[in-house]
Amino acid sequence: MENVYSAVKVTNNVYWVGAIDWGIRDFHGYTTPEGSTYNAYLIMADEVTLIDTVKAPFKDEMLSRIRSVIDPAKIKYIISNHAEMDHSGCLNEVIDLIKPDKVFASAIGVKTLKELYHDQHEIVPVKNGETLSLGNMNLTFMETRMIHWPDSMFTYLAEEELLFSQDAFGMHLATLERFDDELPQHTLEFEAATYYANIVLPYSAIVLKTLEKVAATGWKIKIIAPDHGPIWRKNLGWIIELYKKWAAQKPANKAVVIYATMWHSTEKMARAISEALAEAGVRTSILSMNHFHRSQAAYEVLEAGALVVGTSTLNNNMLPQMADTMTYLKGLKPANLIGAAFGSFGWSGEGVRDLETILKEMKVEIAAPALSIRNVPNKGALEICQELGKTIAAELKNKLASS
Amino acid sequence: MKKYVCSICGYVYDPAKGDPDGGIAKGTAFEDLPAEWVCPVCGAAKDEFAPE
Repeated sequence: MENVYSAVKVTNNVYWVGAIDWGIRDFHGYTTPEGSTYNAYLIMADEVTLIDTVKAPFKDEMLSRIRSVIDPAKIKYIISNHAEMDHSGCLNEVIDLIKPDKVFASAIGVKTLKELYHDQHEIVPVKNGETLSLGNMNLTFMETRMIHWPDSMFTYLAEEELLFSQDAFGMHLATLERFDDELPQHTLEFEAATYYANIVLPYSAIVLKTLEKVAATGWKIKIIAPDHGPIWRKNLGWIIELYKKWAAQKPANKAVVIYATMWHSTEKMARAISEALAEAGVRTSILSMNHFHRSQAAYEVLEAGALVVGTSTLNNNMLPQMADTMTYLKGLKPANLIGAAFGSFGWSGEGVRDLETILKEMKVEIAAPALSIRNVPNKGALEICQELGKTIAAELKNKLASS
Repeated sequence: MKKYVCSICGYVYDPAKGDPDGGIAKGTAFEDLPAEWVCPVCGAAKDEFAPE
């Protein structure tokens, strides 16, 4: 296997030496039908430096790629930009194997790595703004706390005008293409948006501040090298503008109807509401959580203005698929939404009330009272559902006009 | 009134601004925040904060 995996040249002195995970389908609860990559980078400076490592089972793949350029024992420094296990899982084994002079992380990264691995390796904390000389090149560190863990940091390599951005600007996409300009732009946009919605969204306010901080440094950046997915060397301005747009969370003329159903009654309601929304000129996505995954719902909500949620009532509760989805969405803190709850019930109907409570906890502005229908909706009930769709559409238009 | 910094994520609690989303009015001193108040950015508990 030694010769199968080669490094990919990113610049004259920087190589991608990561790993491709073609098989991962569940990334801590985020569905990844296209797999992922764990990106690590080798800087061939006077002091050879490795930026991040890979998930533990992929250690040998990374080492093979390093070996295609240099004997791994020649690595002097390792930088951990992000302590999460998909980037540090083999860090201690790699330290034992190559015995670098020093390993660096942010101050919180040092603490986090200790608490994750409970081992005795010394990791040197670096400060925000600190520079590390690699002899003929220099690295500068920038703390990026909560993008998307407290330990996260960016590392900038001035001589190559390259920003190692760890999970920011990443995506879960396993490919043999390593650069953005080798992939269709719609694929990049969909996967980057899905990643943003599922990982970065709760920290949108920090994203905006960090982008300003990076701009204020005056760093020239011609390449952004993230820890997942392709390396940005062509569409940098485009992905940065998308990040600004997603982080701003301005409401859009889009509704997302998310529901789960037992005997198709709540589904009939969802269809009637959706058709009315679309007829009123609102772009509408409809997702049955009986079939869709919570992370697909998160993607749809990213650029929405209205969130309409429905459930049947099962044993005095909402359906578990909706409890799952709502817990997940609440944690992602989407902002500036209006919404409403709906659903069918047999005899008690707590599910819809509980959904409305969660919407309020999420600070979703309630556009219309919750709509509950006993058992199968008849023609009159479906007309009420259509009215609900129209009301939400009108409220959304008001909101867009005033924002 | 002193500002306090979250040692986890770096958020600064400014008494002049309060924490409107967390139901904390402007002018509330850090010491007067309820014990169950958490960092609005990362969710860390009050005892993770230190004076700026």
